[in-house]
Amino acid sequence: MQKKQKIRLDRYLFISVLSVCVGIFIWWLVTDGLGIFRSNVLPSPIKVFKTFLRKWVETKPDGATLFQHVFASLQVALGGYLIGAAIGIPLGIFMAWNDKIDMFVRPVFDLVRTIPGVAWTSVMVTLVGIGYMSKALVIFIAAMVAMVINSYSGIKQTKTVHLWVGQTFGASNWDLLTKVAIPSALPMIFTGLDVALGSAWTTLVAAELLASTKGLGFMIQQARGIFRLDIVIVGMVVIAITGAILSSILRFFQRKFVKGGRM
Amino acid sequence: MEKKEPKVVVNHLTKKFGDLLVLDDLNFEVSEGEFLCIVGPTGCGKTTFLNSLTRLYEPTAGEILVNGIPVDPKKQNISYIFQEYSSFPWLTVEQNVRFGLDIKRVPKAEADASVEEMLDIVGLTKFRNYYPSQLSISMLQRVAIARAFATKPELLLMDEPYGQLDIDLRFKLEDELLKLWQRTGTTVLFITHNIEEAVYLSQNIMVLTNKPTSVKTVIPNPLPLPRDVMSQEFVDLRNQVTDLIKWW
Repeated sequence: MQKKQKIRLDRYLFISVLSVCVGIFIWWLVTDGLGIFRSNVLPSPIKVFKTFLRKWVETKPDGATLFQHVFASLQVALGGYLIGAAIGIPLGIFMAWNDKIDMFVRPVFDLVRTIPGVAWTSVMVTLVGIGYMSKALVIFIAAMVAMVINSYSGIKQTKTVHLWVGQTFGASNWDLLTKVAIPSALPMIFTGLDVALGSAWTTLVAAELLASTKGLGFMIQQARGIFRLDIVIVGMVVIAITGAILSSILRFFQRKFVKGGRM
Repeated sequence: MEKKEPKVVVNHLTKKFGDLLVLDDLNFEVSEGEFLCIVGPTGCGKTTFLNSLTRLYEPTAGEILVNGIPVDPKKQNISYIFQEYSSFPWLTVEQNVRFGLDIKRVPKAEADASVEEMLDIVGLTKFRNYYPSQLSISMLQRVAIARAFATKPELLLMDEPYGQLDIDLRFKLEDELLKLWQRTGTTVLFITHNIEEAVYLSQNIMVLTNKPTSVKTVIPNPLPLPRDVMSQEFVDLRNQVTDLIKWW
């Protein structure tokens, strides 16, 4: 059984690596290989890789190294994301658990959830200025929405029979919430964390394009202004890789906390 | 013979869903340590009956007394085995069995002993670290039985717990249940649509009417344990109960 799973995993890994390699090869083919695109229109993978290596030490043209940009972006993204989780998950849980909280919060939430995260940028910049806080607040709103919705749905989907088991054993309302509803909602809560991570990361880059002095979005914006497409692509690739790493960290925690699978 | 104290007293129990009258003025008593099977036509409201007894559904009228006081799962030690699979998928077999003990804040040493005993009785000790998604249907029902008995309930309610099992497994689990009942002296209310099962398990059989449900009669089951399903007495009693619930 385990051997079979390992073979399947190895095959999956092989196909994944192969698909990335094929993608890079096609990219190389249309640039350096066949010369279909000139390097100022679409830089080749080799040029992008060289820029990627150089950007770790070079601050030109945007005033910071790649590490500084990544660090600035992560700081903002994780700050907003974690506050979003700290407020969004409990809010979703209590909205689902308590009708009065639901009635009180839902009208405002339903209005806020329809506004794209980036749309808040101008408001936040006006309120708290360009800098860490404005971006973190934009991300906080974007991330919180997904977390509230998923936590809410998770709690609402708790099977009645599971609650009944608790009730017939004489469980208090708090026990029912913490020992039945929340564990039952945990897979959905993690889905919320995953979706929120995606929206936090994309909102961050968009926010940095508009209002920033450092960060991956800012780096892309600056490079675009001076037609340095190689740096733009480096920025895009780093965004993708960082996003994937954050996702896998989240999946690690998911495997640690969500037990038993589905019945 | 000395009459035992009533464990459960039900007076004028009535339950309506909107205008639909489901339970119509039920009155009966269940003695301490009694094994009562409840049978009735399909859809007559057997589950509503049990859910009203535990206050999962608030009765529209009437009172239910356990040990002379109104039923309240927070005050009385009640367990309920449901018709559908109710094991918590996020807990292991052992954690599932321990659930009720945790809710009741039973001291750890006592809870450990109870969990071990129950796992042993239902034969799941080897599977204690498995999750419900890794278990077969009969094992899932055993987890529910172990969880229900682990708290040493004074009143155990069972709602067609073996309805979805094949006949071999059913007999095996029925025998296990009888052993547990004899060992613990728990009062059991067991709902089933299977008349043979009712005759096999019960001390008394309560027959319910079609909706709106009321108690048609209670038939004592004097057959000695263990029962032989092929014996003439068994067949006669089964036929008697069948005649009582016939609606065709």
